[in-house]
Amino acid sequence: MSNVPQDRLYARSHEWVRELADGTIELGITDHAQHALGDLVFVEVPEVGREVAAGGACAVVESVKAASDVYSPIAGTVVAVNEQLAAAPEQINQDPYGAGWIMRLKATAPLAGAGLLSPAEYASVLASN
Amino acid sequence: MALRTPLYDLHVALGARMVDFGGWDMPVAYGSQIEEHHAVRTKAGIFDVSHMCVCDLHGQRVREFLRHLLANDVNRLQQSGKALYSCMLNEAGGVIDDLIVYYMNEQWFRLVVNAGTRTKDLAWIRPRAAEFDVRVEERSDLAMLAIQGPEARDRLVGLLSSEDGAAALQLGNFFGAEFADWFIARTGYTGEDGFEVMVPADTAADLWSRLNEQGVVSCGLGARDTLRLEAGMNLYGNDMDENTHPLESGLAWTVAFEPADRNFIGRAALEKIRAAGVALKQVGLLLAERAVMRQHQPVVVDGVAAGEITSGTFSPTLSRSIALARVPRTAGDTVQVDIRGRLHAARVVKPPFVRHGKALVAL
Repeated sequence: MSNVPQDRLYARSHEWVRELADGTIELGITDHAQHALGDLVFVEVPEVGREVAAGGACAVVESVKAASDVYSPIAGTVVAVNEQLAAAPEQINQDPYGAGWIMRLKATAPLAGAGLLSPAEYASVLASN
Repeated sequence: MALRTPLYDLHVALGARMVDFGGWDMPVAYGSQIEEHHAVRTKAGIFDVSHMCVCDLHGQRVREFLRHLLANDVNRLQQSGKALYSCMLNEAGGVIDDLIVYYMNEQWFRLVVNAGTRTKDLAWIRPRAAEFDVRVEERSDLAMLAIQGPEARDRLVGLLSSEDGAAALQLGNFFGAEFADWFIARTGYTGEDGFEVMVPADTAADLWSRLNEQGVVSCGLGARDTLRLEAGMNLYGNDMDENTHPLESGLAWTVAFEPADRNFIGRAALEKIRAAGVALKQVGLLLAERAVMRQHQPVVVDGVAAGEITSGTFSPTLSRSIALARVPRTAGDTVQVDIRGRLHAARVVKPPFVRHGKALVAL
């Protein structure tokens, strides 16, 4: 079964976000998403400084099987991207909630109002699929 | 409900991710499909191909029938156990299926056809076979396993008696032979050496587990697809179908126009196409940039979207995207591929991309 850690929030489109100590928001794709995609071979990350809209495509993850957009569940500015993914996209398969993070955002509004799912809510979305 | 092979329970127990493939519930990967791919290129892997349809043809006129049914000429088969790859065409020259035919003896040939085409193939074959008094026997009592890779033959032979093992190792390329109730053939779909083995369905799971114990890695359809594409082998439904003919699909080498008096189904149509000039050709494509070519993406030649990717993927051996495409015959050394709205330059290369673990194209 898919791993759904308790320390972050989720989007229905299978991204996770969590607030770091410095107030920035880290974003990645869930264990369910990486498993469904299979082995990742390319990750296209945005430029640092780019503005992303809530619900807007902000990255592309490409597996042997298919390319998929990654959507940011929140509006904000990209402040960092995971440079290691260029050489080691498999980090997303191996550690989707840790070394496989994709980008960090400075959010324009608090997470609370973003309509995100709690871990329990996301787990029930997965269970009902 | 989806169809299941005799190995279904074992796949699930091994943790495979199961997907629908031509109506069959099949393993796409057990863990990492890229690791499974590399296992076949460097050691040995095992695939469940029991969803494919094994079909025995019996009768005094079976050779005559197959010379009519198939675009390749079974008169190329003169030694018992020898196999031949062929297309089965409709009257318009379109490809109904591609298949392997084994010559067992003068009254018995064996066909292996694709899973997704089983029903229409049998509906095509049966009435025509009847005209030649040929009996068609579907062998759903058999399971088929493909054991592929540089170490594959040794691993399987390790499970046979020393006498049978020695005989199996003597099998030439594209030859098969019966060993009691097993049929072992030196064929495959990966570009590596190996065997395809047909065994009684109820013994397949045990054979699989014993091969796992020998270090042979369980491999799913995901790795099978990247391996066959690196090997430059067509996939029915992607690279050719009933609306395309062999001459524009990289399969002209499988059409035996000689002898001229052999009247196979589709011959008249292909001769007309050939006389008029074949407008399209199949090529291999290699992408330099970090993107992946996929089936149905447009191929731009001289500024015009005149071609199409028929199969595209990421090549684990080359760490680049590779594809088979159908393009105008006039296409030169480079083309452009429209990948998600952006044009990427691709180099035209001659498949195969990889054989026996080695890259055959310069990167």
